[in-house]
Amino acid sequence: MASTTLPDVSTRRQKAGIAPLEYTRRLWLQLILAGSFVFLYFPIFALIAFSFNDSKRNITWQGFTFDYYVKAFTNSSLHEAALNTLIIASISTVVSTVLGAMIGLVLQRYRFPGKGGYDGLIHLPIVIPEVCLGVAMLAFFSAISMPLGIATVTISHIAFSFPFVAVVVRARMEGFDLALEEASRDLGASEWQTFWNVTFPYMVPGVVAGALLAMTLSLDDFVITFFTSGPGSTTFPVKIYSMVRFSVTPEVNAASTILIVLTLALTVAAMMIQSRSDKKTKKANG
Amino acid sequence: MVQTRKVKAFGPDVGTDRRKPIIEIRNVVKAFGAGVRAVDDVSLDIGEGEFFALLGPSGCGKTTLLRMLAGFEVPTSGDIMIAGERMEGVNPNRRPVNMVFQSYAVFPHMNVERNVGYGLRVTGVAEAEIKTRVAEALSLVKLGEFGKRMPNQLSGGQRQRVALARALVKHPKVLLLDEPLSALDAKLREAMQLELVRLQKTVGITFVIVTHDQDEALSMANRIAVMEKGKVRQVAPPADLYEFPNSRFVADFIGKMNLFEGRVSGVQNGNLQIDIKGLDRVAVPFTGSASGNIAIAIRPEKVKLGQTDPGGDNVRLRGRVTELAYYGNESHVYLENQTGMPISVNLKNATRTTLPSISIGDELWMSWAPTDTLVLTE
Ligand SMILES: Nc1ncnc2c1ncn2[C@@H]1O[C@H](COP(=O)(O)OP(=O)(O)OP(=O)(O)O)[C@@H](O)[C@H]1O
Ligand SMILES: [Mg+2]
Repeated sequence: MASTTLPDVSTRRQKAGIAPLEYTRRLWLQLILAGSFVFLYFPIFALIAFSFNDSKRNITWQGFTFDYYVKAFTNSSLHEAALNTLIIASISTVVSTVLGAMIGLVLQRYRFPGKGGYDGLIHLPIVIPEVCLGVAMLAFFSAISMPLGIATVTISHIAFSFPFVAVVVRARMEGFDLALEEASRDLGASEWQTFWNVTFPYMVPGVVAGALLAMTLSLDDFVITFFTSGPGSTTFPVKIYSMVRFSVTPEVNAASTILIVLTLALTVAAMMIQSRSDKKTKKANG
Repeated sequence: MVQTRKVKAFGPDVGTDRRKPIIEIRNVVKAFGAGVRAVDDVSLDIGEGEFFALLGPSGCGKTTLLRMLAGFEVPTSGDIMIAGERMEGVNPNRRPVNMVFQSYAVFPHMNVERNVGYGLRVTGVAEAEIKTRVAEALSLVKLGEFGKRMPNQLSGGQRQRVALARALVKHPKVLLLDEPLSALDAKLREAMQLELVRLQKTVGITFVIVTHDQDEALSMANRIAVMEKGKVRQVAPPADLYEFPNSRFVADFIGKMNLFEGRVSGVQNGNLQIDIKGLDRVAVPFTGSASGNIAIAIRPEKVKLGQTDPGGDNVRLRGRVTELAYYGNESHVYLENQTGMPISVNLKNATRTTLPSISIGDELWMSWAPTDTLVLTE
């Protein structure tokens, strides 16, 4: 019995030409892959498509037009929001990159009393629900009676961005050979020279990736900004939200599309820098 | 040479060097935490222009001692003097020594020239001088053509040459090398051993090399310190270390050794009388003082094998061949015997034949001269 069924199975497999581990050639798996892709991207494609819709209402397709991009680009309150977003994002990116890089390096390299607790708490903003962080920030600023504005938004953005930078920089430094620093010291360099000539060049890909991450986080943050911004300090995402509440026109779609393109470009840049440096390290090690 | 050997046969070399010391290590202790003494009360002088090796098993504290010379570790107690100056509180970048790291630590983001010139650039040497000195150092390690290459375009052996050039370009008084050859394959390692010796002769500075490979130490160094558990057990030139080890540990660590435990029963005409199980009474020339439990030892290549009793005053016993190992240039024979310890004997394969002269199960006489016998009191 066994001897007749066994070859049977193998000939069936051979006909289909699918090896036991070639799951990706099975129809059911391909369907799941395609389905999840549609589920993920259909809303975004629809959003982008309807930004070209020649209709006041955003429900039925009427025809192609760039009108709403023109409108979005000439909307002065959107301009103000965009400018705020850029100011906040640049300051937040610079500060959180410097802070995050230093903390990432310290956490990767040194042991100090209370490190375990510090390490855990530093990463808390990554997991804490954003609403809670937003409420906490708001409560904090009103407690020290700081008027809500660009400054409060920037401070909040720094607070939730720098842990991400720290994580990225720390991961980068895991692969660093400490003997390189010793060699530099041995060859006559001071600690300061050693840091800038040897340690920092190795850190750079991590720092750049962290900076781009901090930038995208700040650019598209809604929840925390919503809590901590005041009159005149509205950012792009918050502005889009208020436009939606007013009415859903293709102008909202156009503005959102601009934001998507911007963040996408930054993310792709971050990924490219990371993968290029990974390849380089691999080459250097092998 | 022969003359000194004979004299030394009755008084092992204590390993003092008459050269002016460039490194003086005085009672240096390095403790990591409580109880772990990585280096335990080491005192050593290393002379100017020496090729000195620190040899010992893994974890004996060689690297720690070397790193204290370079300034990366601070001694718990004791003094280190380099070129007559106390090194206490002197940072690594201010010491007249340079180091070649085990991982080479070649800067991955600089090309070969930038790597080699690094130590000059950070100390503010003029660009023109850097250029000539880098070219000089690269030709010294035979990497003249490779100046523009990045480290990831070099082989392991070439990277090591970069590390060497980078250290030598600084004209240090002492070059420290931590297991510099351990990452290379056997053939390349042998070539690099010769290369390092040539290099040391060329530049004339002191080399201190750390290794756990006894062949490496014996073939390269002019003096070797054998370490065990943080302590220096013996300091001597290679041949003295091999022929006159001062303890069971050194005898066993350097090369192969047949060791027999025994008891001193007396002294007769300058010969120490030793009782050893299965060997009757052995008389060995010995000048030191010895009593109680001691060991005698004989190198495998100094034991002769024969069909008949060699007679004379040879130390001799019979044994049965249990194992034969063929190594091309020589064969190792293991014989079981009355001492209870199998004795190993090395035979040169001096003639071109594939027929073994000895086979397993043969009953043979083993013998050696009393003067070849070592007495180990420690
Ligand atoms: N930073 C440290 N902290 C605690 N213990 C250490 C430290 N560095 C070395 N040791 C201990 O000191 C001892 C000697 O270490 P060392 O690295 O000098 O050995 P080694 O002779 O170089 O060995 P190997 O041949 O394996 O490199 C070891 O037991 C090691 O565990
Ligand atoms: Mg070591």
